[in-house]
Amino acid sequence: MSVASSRAGQELSREQYLDLYYYMQLNRQLEERMVRLFRQNKIVGGLYSSLGQEAISVGTAYALEPRDWLAPMIRNIGALLVKGFKPRDIFTQHMAKYTSPTRGKDGTSHFGDLKVRHTVSPISMLGDLIPVMTGVAMAGRYLGQNIVTMTWIGDGGSSTGAFHEGLNFAATQRAALVLVLENNQWAYSTPVTRQVPLKNLADRAKAYGIHSAVVDGNDVVAVYTATKEAVDRCRAGNGPVLIEAKTMRMKGHAQHDPAEYVPKEMFEYWKARDPIPLYEKYLTERKIWDAAKKAEIDARIERELDADQKFAEESPLPPPELAEEGAYCDGCHKIEADWKRPKEEVTPPKSSIQAEWTAPKLGGLDADFVAKAEIPGAKEVAAANGPTSQAAVVVAPGANAAKAATQPAPASKDELASAPALRVPFGRGPKDKEFVRERSERSQEKQRHAGARPKRRKR
Amino acid sequence: MAAITMLEGIRQALFEEMDRDPAVVALGEDIGVYGGAFKVSEGLLARFGPERVIDTPISETAIVGAACGMSYLGLRPVAEMQFIDFIACCFNQVTNFVAKSHYRWGAPVPMVLRGPSGGGVHGGPFHSANPEMYFVHTPGLKVIYPSTVYDAKGLLKSAIRDNNPVLFFEHKFLYRRVKDEIPAGDFTVPIGKAAVRREGRDLTIISYAAMAHTALEAAELLAKEGIEAEVIDLRTLLPLDRETILNSVKKTNKLLIVHEDTRTGGIAGEIAAIVCEGAFEDLDGPIVRVTAPDTPVPYSPPLEERFLPNAEKVVAAARELAKY
Repeated sequence: MSVASSRAGQELSREQYLDLYYYMQLNRQLEERMVRLFRQNKIVGGLYSSLGQEAISVGTAYALEPRDWLAPMIRNIGALLVKGFKPRDIFTQHMAKYTSPTRGKDGTSHFGDLKVRHTVSPISMLGDLIPVMTGVAMAGRYLGQNIVTMTWIGDGGSSTGAFHEGLNFAATQRAALVLVLENNQWAYSTPVTRQVPLKNLADRAKAYGIHSAVVDGNDVVAVYTATKEAVDRCRAGNGPVLIEAKTMRMKGHAQHDPAEYVPKEMFEYWKARDPIPLYEKYLTERKIWDAAKKAEIDARIERELDADQKFAEESPLPPPELAEEGAYCDGCHKIEADWKRPKEEVTPPKSSIQAEWTAPKLGGLDADFVAKAEIPGAKEVAAANGPTSQAAVVVAPGANAAKAATQPAPASKDELASAPALRVPFGRGPKDKEFVRERSERSQEKQRHAGARPKRRKR
Repeated sequence: MAAITMLEGIRQALFEEMDRDPAVVALGEDIGVYGGAFKVSEGLLARFGPERVIDTPISETAIVGAACGMSYLGLRPVAEMQFIDFIACCFNQVTNFVAKSHYRWGAPVPMVLRGPSGGGVHGGPFHSANPEMYFVHTPGLKVIYPSTVYDAKGLLKSAIRDNNPVLFFEHKFLYRRVKDEIPAGDFTVPIGKAAVRREGRDLTIISYAAMAHTALEAAELLAKEGIEAEVIDLRTLLPLDRETILNSVKKTNKLLIVHEDTRTGGIAGEIAAIVCEGAFEDLDGPIVRVTAPDTPVPYSPPLEERFLPNAEKVVAAARELAKY
C-alpha cells in the first residue's frame, strides 16, 4: 500500500491544472443549480449530492485515456463531465426529459455510452459494477485494446458480496481494473466504523493480493497522481488496484435527508478542507493562475450551465407510449467487437492447448511462514512435507501460451512425479478409462441393490 | 448417422458457434480443464484455449457480471451455472443489471446464461429446481427450455446469435436419456416458436422440457382409450408463442397444462390467462393443471416420485377433462 502525495503531480501542464479546476467547479455549480431545481419541483426523483467529493470524481477520471472505460456511481457526476458528457445530459436525466440520454427511462447518473465515451451505466444496487467492469477489462484484453477500466464504490458498498466477488475475480484474472473506494464516512446514516472494522479500507486489497493506495480525497492533485500511477500499473498488466480516497459526504444521503445524525464538529472539520478552495489556494500559491484566469473559467462555466439548463427546462417530457418500447434489442443495434489483434490468435489451431493443470509447488505450509509464525504443530507438518514444501502455485492451463499468466519457477521432474494426485487428468469423462471402470462398478453395485430400491420414474 | 444425446447436441452447438465466431467465449465454474460438472464443455478448453474458456472462482455474481461487461465490448459470452439452482446467487445481477440494460440505456447484452435444471435424478432441494418463472417474469430476458436434441442444439445456436440476454435451461434428466439423429451442419431453431409434437382433436396438452416427454407418453396411453390429445412443446417460455397455443385450443376446445415447476405462479397460470383472453368462447371445459406441488424438490426417491408429475397423473387428469 502506498500513500500518495501532491508533489508527483507536477508532470501536469498548466492547461491540465486548469482543467482540473474547471471540472471540479463545473461539477459543483451544476449540482448547486440542481438543488435549486429540486426545490422548484423540477427534478422528478431524488437528488444525490457529491458536495465535497468533487476532487475524487474529477481527479480519478482525469487519469484515464479516451479509449478507457468507466462506470460512475451516483456521486460521480464529475467523472462523467471529465469523460465528455455535457451538463445538459445531467440536467435532462434528473428532469426526466425526452432529450436525456435515456429518453426518460432512467434518471440521475444512470446512463452511459458504449460507442464513444465508453461509459457503463450504474444500477442502484451497490457493488455490481465491479464484476461488470472486470468483464469489460477482460474483453478489452481479449480484443487487444489495451484499455483500463475504472469504477467507484463507497465505504458502505464495500460491504456487499458483489464487491468481494468482483474484486476477487479481477485479482485472479489480473484484470486492468482501478477500483476507487470513496470513504465518505457515512453509508446513509451508518458510520463507516459500523461498516468495516478497519482503519484503512484499502487494507482489504491484502485479502485479494492486489496493490492498493490511500489518498487524501480532498486533494485533487494527490487523487490524480495516485490514480495515474494505478492506471499505468493496470495498463502494464499488473492486475487491479484499489484506491481508498478519504473524504466526507457533506450532505445527507439525498436531498430529503438533513443528516442530523452526523456530529456537527465533523462537518466543521471537513468544511475547512473543502477541495475547491484548497485547490484554488494551490493554484494561486504556485502561480499557475491569477484572478483574471479564474474569473474567465468561472464565467465560462456560468455560460455553459445557463445554456444547458435552458435546454433542459425547455425540453419535452417523453411521449407515454415510449414506456412500452425497448425492453429488447430487435435488431436496433449492430453488435460488433473492435478487434485490435489478429483473430487467428484465438482461433484453432493456434488457440489449442494441452488442457491440464500443473502443480510445480505442492501446497502445504510455506517454509518461511512457518519459521516466523508460532503455530502449534506447524513445524512438524512442514518437516513431514519435506524440504520443498511451499505455498501452492497451480499454473493455468496453457500458461506458456497465455502471456498474461504469471510464470512460477519451473519445478523439477521429481517434484511433479511425486504429486500425481494434484494433476487433474483432462477428459475425465465417458472416454476416460478410469471413469468407465468406476461407472461399471457403480452400476453393478446398483443392480445388486435394485430389489431394495424404489422403482425409478419411467418416461 | 448415429444418434447423439442432448448433452452432445449442446456441446456441438458450443463448439460450432465458437468455431464460427471468435467473439463467442465461455466462462463458468470447472468448465475448462474438468469439462464442466456434466461434461458439457469437455474438450472446449483444449480446442479454444484459456482466453476463450475461462475457469472462474465460485462467484456466480462475478460470472454473470463479467459476462455482461464482456458483451458490452461486442463479445458473445456463454456463462454456465454449474447447477441452475445457483442462479439465485446472482439474481440481482441477472434481473437488475443484465435484464434492464437495453431498456434503461440502450445497451444490448448479447449473452447466454445456461445450466442444468430440473428433477428426477435425486438431486435434492438445491440440485433439482426449475427456477424459470422468476426470469419469465423479468422483461428484457428470453427464456428457453428445450426437450429434444435437435431443439437443444438449434436453440442454443439461436441464443448465442441473439442480441439479448438468453437464459437456457438444460433439463439434466434428459441430458443422456434423450437420443436422436440430427442433421449434420449448421441449423438453428427460432426462439419464441412452440412445436406441435402430436396432432389430436379431443384436447390439448401443453408442456415443455422433461414434461413434454411425459405429455407424449400420456397421449399414447390416452389414444388407447380413444382420446386423441394434441401435444404442444413450448420450447421457449419467454417470449411465449401465443398463436400456437390459441390455434390448438380453438381446434380441441379443451386445455391441460403440465409442468414440473411448482404450481403457484407456474407458467400454466399465464397460459390459462392467455386462453381466457383469446379463446374463452372456444373452451368446452375448465383449464386443468398437472404440476408439482408448492414445495421444494425433496430428496428421497418416494418423495420425489410423489413431487413430480408423471404420465399416470396426466392421463387421470385428461380423462376427467375429456368427459366435458
